[in-house]
Amino acid sequence: MSRPDLPALNIADLQALLRKRELSPREVLNLLRARIEELEPKIDAYLSIDFEAAAKEAEKADVNLSLGGVPIAIKDIISVAGQPCTCASKILRNYRALYDATVIRKLRAAGAIPFGKTNMDEFAMGSSTENSSVKLTHNPWDLSRVPGGSSGGSAAAVAADGAFGGLGTDTGGSIRQPAALSGVVGVKPSYGRVSRFGVVAFASSLDQVGPLTKTVRDSALIMNAIAGHDPQDSTSLNEPVPNYTAALGRDLKGIRLGLPKEYMIEGIDPQVKGVIDAAVKQLQSLGAEIVDVSLPHTDYAIAVYYIIATAEASANLARFDGVRYGHRAENPKDLLDHYGRTREEGFGAEVKRRIILGTYVLSSGYYDAYYLRAQKVRQLIRQDFAQAFEKVDALVSPTSPVPAFKLGERTADPLRMYLADIFTNAANLAGICGISLPCGFAQVDGHRLPIGLQLLGKALEEARIFQIAHAYEQSTDWHKARPNI
Amino acid sequence: MAQTSELDVAYVAKLARLNLTGAETQLFHRQLGDVLKYAEKLREVDVSHVEAAAHAVPIFNVFREDEPRDWFTAEEALSNAPRKANGLFIVTKVVE
Repeated sequence: MSRPDLPALNIADLQALLRKRELSPREVLNLLRARIEELEPKIDAYLSIDFEAAAKEAEKADVNLSLGGVPIAIKDIISVAGQPCTCASKILRNYRALYDATVIRKLRAAGAIPFGKTNMDEFAMGSSTENSSVKLTHNPWDLSRVPGGSSGGSAAAVAADGAFGGLGTDTGGSIRQPAALSGVVGVKPSYGRVSRFGVVAFASSLDQVGPLTKTVRDSALIMNAIAGHDPQDSTSLNEPVPNYTAALGRDLKGIRLGLPKEYMIEGIDPQVKGVIDAAVKQLQSLGAEIVDVSLPHTDYAIAVYYIIATAEASANLARFDGVRYGHRAENPKDLLDHYGRTREEGFGAEVKRRIILGTYVLSSGYYDAYYLRAQKVRQLIRQDFAQAFEKVDALVSPTSPVPAFKLGERTADPLRMYLADIFTNAANLAGICGISLPCGFAQVDGHRLPIGLQLLGKALEEARIFQIAHAYEQSTDWHKARPNI
Repeated sequence: MAQTSELDVAYVAKLARLNLTGAETQLFHRQLGDVLKYAEKLREVDVSHVEAAAHAVPIFNVFREDEPRDWFTAEEALSNAPRKANGLFIVTKVVE
């Protein structure tokens, strides 16, 4: 069967073809492979692909399973047995995972085929994927721009039809922001909803794994497969998992949506603001009631986030000592030299910067002033959301204050890059769930650049944000727009 | 809150077991100085009656059954080691 347009299908439509036996999982994989080979020279989304291993999986795939025969791209921070797991870092350049992360085991149990590992900011530290030690990934809508980050490889691959769906991780917006900048759907599940076992840790009180897909339904399908308790992750919640696709299709009558007044900041691009205003009107016309709410501690979220995330990162990255795995410096003169040079040679600039900041805020004499104070303000941020959710079912905002920026534009100014997370990182601090979905375009330099609408929901209320996102999506054509690549 | 000039990057790098070049030390001092200056806004917040939030979802004392299960062989566990011999990781000498 010759279907060069097949990689443009979403997961649900692909499955319908597979189940009608109009084509086999093996044929799907071959068509996707041809698409990726055509695409990669332009966007560079993948770090490694193993089509041979995937082909073996495809031969025995059961298309009647919920994701049966569907190839899924995996961010290179998630362990897939026998495959590299480099976190786009030199320190893990030759590392191969020995086991499947729980999310991979669950994807396989649902019939999906993890076939390739996608580019990212080194150890997920960044908002543009430019901190990869391997290569730059390009935004499919304008190749001179970033795809967002840190899950930029998965986002760009899905946006350009180089993947039917992907997994990313979101510590401060690393799924939602690249989803917005690349024009796809991305979900940050509630803290504890999805197991992190087998996922390389960046900031353990914030990290979550979630899907990047072409439609809201596809994200719900992947969440059905990966959500749930895992005894091997002590932070995973032992709570029942609803059927996320069952919530789709309900209307928005009686739904109350909050507009946080603190999110109406000056730095929002006027085109982004216009598109979001139109999206809010659309949600209203679908029956939702729009309510003004306040999140009084919003202005502190980025400072809190960069203290807590770097503190946790400095502890998590202590494991890279050049002994059990990873890069090791040659001929050290003593143990301190061994550690110091191994880490100097293995880590890139942003990772080093964050280790220094994280070590500093935890160091004697500064712990109370920075880390402890940040944890207290974090509590106030959590309370802000708790109070807002007493009045509304979900919050609405832009995902990013700006559309995709130029490659190289922000790399020299870390603080400016950190501010890219302004609408996303409070959700990680509060442990609530969020989704970004396409809601329009900005016109910049003759290119259409996607804009993302963010919906934030109460902890463990993913079903609610899926319902709202799906109702919006199905009433618009934004998700059908594809980059011309 | 501490003044940003107190950030001694070379000292902190030593704590972090991370060698930096002179140029990196200078650059990080300036860049992280900006970040710490930005973080000074946290001083405005009254946190005197607030309990610190270590996690988004407070969960404590998580146990699972202490049962043996199949896991790596010694050979597998060593497969990513940069230096190994006789089924062991080789560590840089720690005693004279």
